[in-house]
Amino acid sequence: MEKKKLVIGVIGADVHAVGNKILYHAFTAAGFEVSNLGVMVSQEEYIEAAIETAADAILVSSLYGHGELDCRGFRDKCNEAGLKGILLYVGGNIVVGKQDFAEVEKRFKDMGFDRVFGPGTPPEAAIEALRDDLHIR
Amino acid sequence: MEAIVLIDFGSTNTKVTAADPIGERLLGTATAFTTVETDIGEGLGEALSLLQKETGPLTLVERFACSSAAGGLRMVAGGLVPALTAEAARLAALGAGAKVVGLYSYELTDEDIAGIAALKPDIFLLTGGVDGGNRECILHNAEMLAAMNPPASFPVLVAGNRSAAAECVRILSGREVIRCPNVLPRLGKLNIEPAQEHIRRLFLERIIHARGLSREQELISGILMPTPSAVKRALELLSEGTASETGLGELAAVDLGGATTDVYSMSSGLPKNGETILKGIPEPFSKRTVEGDIGMRYSAVGVLEAVGKERLASLSGLRLEDIENRIRRLTAHPELIPETPEDEALDYALAAAAVETAVERHSGTLEEVYTPTGPVLVQTGKDLRTVNRLILTGGAVIHNRRAREIAGHARYSRENPASLRPVAEELYIDKSYILAAMGLLAETRAQAALSIMKKEIQRYGT
Repeated sequence: MEKKKLVIGVIGADVHAVGNKILYHAFTAAGFEVSNLGVMVSQEEYIEAAIETAADAILVSSLYGHGELDCRGFRDKCNEAGLKGILLYVGGNIVVGKQDFAEVEKRFKDMGFDRVFGPGTPPEAAIEALRDDLHIR
Repeated sequence: MEAIVLIDFGSTNTKVTAADPIGERLLGTATAFTTVETDIGEGLGEALSLLQKETGPLTLVERFACSSAAGGLRMVAGGLVPALTAEAARLAALGAGAKVVGLYSYELTDEDIAGIAALKPDIFLLTGGVDGGNRECILHNAEMLAAMNPPASFPVLVAGNRSAAAECVRILSGREVIRCPNVLPRLGKLNIEPAQEHIRRLFLERIIHARGLSREQELISGILMPTPSAVKRALELLSEGTASETGLGELAAVDLGGATTDVYSMSSGLPKNGETILKGIPEPFSKRTVEGDIGMRYSAVGVLEAVGKERLASLSGLRLEDIENRIRRLTAHPELIPETPEDEALDYALAAAAVETAVERHSGTLEEVYTPTGPVLVQTGKDLRTVNRLILTGGAVIHNRRAREIAGHARYSRENPASLRPVAEELYIDKSYILAAMGLLAETRAQAALSIMKKEIQRYGT
């Protein structure tokens, strides 16, 4: 079967590179074809990469607490660019301070993200979710 | 004496260069008007007889040629995303010595197709999608090209998503269509050399025949390429050297012409420290850009528009009110050569501003971005600051007494630290104007070409 294609990267002005590299290796080892955009990735860069690679999912990472601002309007831009229905995940330390995760998850889902992962999520959790959502079994 | 003759069919002049392959030296050069309307051989014959007046009778053992006559190699390229496959396609075409007369992104429309038909390119480079990526766009565009009515007269080079390539070829069957590896197989991997090889071969097979050069071809031993491609080959050799002789290492070069300014860099251009974040698709080590709006005559207005009359006035010392009139006169009469000190001053200002603009556009940029974790440097394009050698070529600069000052405008400057131009402490002048000829010679005799370049392309001030 053809490998499912992912676009990953760390959004906004966030330069945290280590987790990004770990995710790249974990997703690749799990059998995905991964385009890693690295750190400081803009919404447009994710979208352009997803168009060119015909990606099945975009996975947005954020660690520095400003993810909420960085992610606003992402789903709308995907729709505008013709990526209607593309799987959109976000994960990491995506909001400022300690907030109730259920509330954070709801906010990001309202923004159009299909899955929201909190701090400390192991890569395996995202891999499992991808396998479910992309029907890989 | 036995000689290899290297011919450059330009749009205005046909230039011949004779080299002694055994003694590894330049025998002479000569120039005559290009006669593309009648028989291109007339101008060549004239140039060859002028050459032998200088050198004495020569036995021409081999003849190689490059050409930019009749508009040069005109290409249209199409890709998917402007910053990704369309940019890779543009880099491939420019590096092959072509003039990119049209660049399209996403799905071609009926209006685009009408535009392409009107442009009448020599080659269409069809890209889109990384390998295994998007297929719809390139397939749509192949259908659009296949449906052109009247049928397209140009060959289509398919260099996009590998998994759609065979279908593109099938859609375009009945037209001239060639398949080659993807220019951007992955987002982080540029692969433009295979496409460039095909472009060169198509140029040889088709364009030369169509432009009245074929009559001469039987006299030419085989190598034919677009002139900028020959210049690039020469610079690659000068930079890398041969198995037995080292080259100059990383370098940059500017070819300042009347209508365009070409800039070349032989350098990885990677960030100079590990903290810098690099953006955009990978850059080719050997890179050519061409500024179609920047030049000394036809494109003097473009220089004026790029830098403003105030800057030209301050560079030349001429009155601000006079600049525009003088530029208009040069554009209308591209054959003018400077006669008065004022003419010379304006030519100096134009050359300095053209070199500055073209090298700035070729080089990358560095931006300081303030993040919650502190300032971060973000680089786009090539960082050429460690490139220490700059070669100037082109009629306007090689005879200019102020070549050093002109070159100064190509350099990295603290006043504009975001522009990652070369420091270029060493300046070289191609005073015999032989770079294109040596690129041709390099195809069969790299050692002789390197040796001649090292003798003839002089370090300025030595």
